[in-house]
This record gives sequence, C-alpha cells and structure tokens, in this order.
Amino acid sequence: MSEKLNSALDTAGPQAGRIEDLWWLLFGFCAVVFVAVMAVLVAALVRRRTPDESMEPTYAGQRTALRYVGAGVLATGAILLGFLIASVTTDRGLDEIETGGARVLTITGRQWWWEIRYEDARPDRVVVTANEIHVPVGQPVLLRLRASDVIHSFWVPSLAGKRDLIPGRDTGLWIQANRPGTFQGQCAEFCGYQHAHMRFLVIAQPPAEFDAWLEGQRASAPEPATDEERRGREVFLAGSCVMCHTIRGTAAGSIVGPDLTHLASRQTIAAGARPNTRDHLAAWVADPQRTKPGARMPVPELPPADLQALVTYLRSLR
Amino acid sequence: MIGDDFYSSAPARALAARGRTGNVCGYGDYAQDSPPAEIVRADAASRTAVLSELRAGPGNPTERKRASLYDDNAWAVSEGQRWFQAFNCNGCHANGGGCIGPALMDDVWIYGFEPENIRATIIEGRPNGMPSFRGRVTEQQAWEFVAYVRSLGGLLRKDVEPGRSDSTNARLAPQSLQKPRQSE
Repeated sequence: MSEKLNSALDTAGPQAGRIEDLWWLLFGFCAVVFVAVMAVLVAALVRRRTPDESMEPTYAGQRTALRYVGAGVLATGAILLGFLIASVTTDRGLDEIETGGARVLTITGRQWWWEIRYEDARPDRVVVTANEIHVPVGQPVLLRLRASDVIHSFWVPSLAGKRDLIPGRDTGLWIQANRPGTFQGQCAEFCGYQHAHMRFLVIAQPPAEFDAWLEGQRASAPEPATDEERRGREVFLAGSCVMCHTIRGTAAGSIVGPDLTHLASRQTIAAGARPNTRDHLAAWVADPQRTKPGARMPVPELPPADLQALVTYLRSLR
Repeated sequence: MIGDDFYSSAPARALAARGRTGNVCGYGDYAQDSPPAEIVRADAASRTAVLSELRAGPGNPTERKRASLYDDNAWAVSEGQRWFQAFNCNGCHANGGGCIGPALMDDVWIYGFEPENIRATIIEGRPNGMPSFRGRVTEQQAWEFVAYVRSLGGLLRKDVEPGRSDSTNARLAPQSLQKPRQSE
C-alpha cells in the first residue's frame, strides 16, 4: 500500500489539474493581498505624526481617507468577482473531457466499504469487486455513484474533486489518470462510526495491463488446490459466510457484503483498514469488531482449525 | 390438514376463528363450494379429530437468561432488523405484516413468543415453509433476530425498539397491541 499521502496538489488527471490551477490562482492573489495589507499596517505603525500635525479631522484629510477606503472596496470586489469567474470556469472545465467509448463503473457506497462494478453489455462479463478501482491510464472513466444506506462522498484528491453518493439518486463523476500509479481515495462525507476506515485505492495501469487485470477478475474463483483449502471452502459454504458474501464459481452468491471472488488479489481488507496479509485477514475473520468496531460483519464464531482453513482458502482466491 | 397454515386458507382461518389451530382430520371434501362453513359445522359436530396441537415447547433457563441480554439492547435489536432485511425474511413475512409466512407484528404466536421459542423457530425451522437457519446464522445473530422479532410484536421496551425501516411499514403502535397470546 502506498504510503504517499493524499494531496490535491499532487495531481494525476485533467480534472484535478484544473482544480490545482484554481488553487494556485487563489493562493497567489491572496498572498499578494495579504502582503499588501501587512505592508500598509506596518507603514501605519511606523509613521509618526509631525509635531505641528493636529488631531482634529480636516475636510481634505477625510476626503483622502474616503478615497482609500473606496479604492480598497473596489479592489476587493474586483478580486472576488475574478475569483468567482475563475471558479465557475474551472467547474465548467471539469466536464470537458473526451468521453468517446468511456468505460462505465457503478460505485455503491455502503457502511463502510465501496462496491465497484465494471459494467458490460454482456452480464457474464460484469465484474464486481470492492475497495479497489483499476483504471486504464489516459482513458476517461465514468463513475456512476450510488449509496445504499446513508450519504457518502467519493474523493480521490489526485484525480478529481469530491462527489456525493446519495441514496435513491445516481450521481456521476468523470475521472482520468494521466500517469500510472496508486492513488488513495477516501469517503469525504461523515457516514457513521467507521467513516475514517472507508478508504479505497485507485490503481492506474497501462491499458494492456488493465485489460489483463479485468480479464482475470472476470474468471470464477480458482478451485482449491490442497486439502486445507478444500476444507476452508467447505467451512465457507457450510457456515454463515454465504449469507452475505459471493464467491463466483461456488454456491455462495449473496450481495450483502463484499464480493470475495478475487479477495487475495486486493491490497487491503476492510476498506483500507488493514493491509491484506494472512495475519490481518485471520484477525479480521476471527473478530471483525476488534479491527473495525461497528463494522457490519458479525463474529463468525468458528473453531480455530476451521478458521485457519478458511483463511488459507480465502488467501488462495487470487 | 389444517395445522399451522391457518393463515393461508379460508377453511383454516374459519377454524382458527373458533380457536382451533391444531392439525385436524376427519373432514373430507375440501374442494366444495364453501368449505369454511362446512368445516366449521363438521368441527362443531365433532366430526373432526385433532391430530396434534401445535404449541410452544418448554423454556430453558440458560437461554432465557441470554435472551434478556438482547431484549434490553437497542443495538442488538437494530442488528436483528438488519439481518431480517439482508436475509430476505421479508420475502415471506413482508416486513412483519405476513404474506406467505405468518404476520409477526400481530399478537398471535403459533410457536410461542418466549425468546427460546422464537430462537427454536429460526434455528430448527417449522413445518409448512419456515426453513432452518442452523449453521447459517451465528448464535449471536440468532438472538439478535429473536430480539427484533419480539420488537415487531411489541414485546420489548419502547426505548430499545429500532428506528423505522426504509421499507413500507404498516405496523401498529406497540402500545395498541393486545397482550400476546399463545394460539390454542
């Protein structure tokens, strides 16, 4: 998992680039105004009255003061109007993207994870995964954003601005990555107890690599190769896991929790709460509430040997 | 022939209105024009025989104790509500209103309203369609289910009841429900 922090000033896409330009414009103007105001303040503090200068206000003096205030108000108004125009222009610019043949993803915000669905005209080619969005470099992707429970907000600072996910209403967002890389995303609208652990990754790959990844995700889950993995699959299918999870290629097909078909290919578990290692996965399955208190997954109450077999099986789902 | 399907057929409802919800035999022509009246007459004339009465099993003190931990816990009740929706209990019980399966928000409990009765219903299943969820729900989930089902029937304290569900809910206010009764 990339340790690089989210930054809207380290951009990798056209939309985020526009927002960054606007940010620097505002920063530049505000810096100039700040310096000017401070300079005037210092000048006023340093300047001393001459001995013969009277405290009484004069007509001419008041006229001068009025002129300065008027000029200040006009300058402020002009700058704010300029900012408004720049902001509206940037906002309009966010929609200007070459959209021909764009891939459509449906992203559903859930407490507290992201369901990612790669749409396809053929239902058997639709791919469902979680918390990890792969995109081809240099190609626009349309994200159709939905929420299943409360309002969430989709934010990848390096790629685009925020967009809310609202229950009962589809919203949309274009993103495009101009260079390969792993970009962090985060829910940006407080959505409950584990809002802070509702993260995801956007992984931009060269188109050929992306296509290979997508083809791999379309496949059913690999058959268990060892006895331990076979036992793990039995535990999965005989227990309470199947009530919520899908593993394509098995009888498990519920859509309450994340699709686990290719769980081991993902970098994190529990929506970015932990790296996807055997130890973290075992701890998560043994007691999700310890890793992520309030998470929607119940404690599966498995005997230790079953738990180990189950984790071995889940780790085999590449 | 009647048994616990008294929710789903006219003769059964007619018998249930007379307080007869056991498995009854001895009535021959189910297909005639107005079976309800006929079967009620047959029952009144003792031309039917009760095969088995359906009623709640005896309670278990350990289970009763565990159930009380969930009955008084608003979190557990709302978790039960979440499982109820996620596992498609609505498919038969229709938000507690009853459809293919019996209503849960009324005051009639075929297999008993005590927590251990409801748990047995969920874990063991019941005749005429209620599937067994043994192994499919964990022990904790089962008790959360129990707490929620009891809240549907207005058996829990008002302050632990879950919030309104997002789906249509025509339930009466809990205090307007009658005292629960075991069907005869």
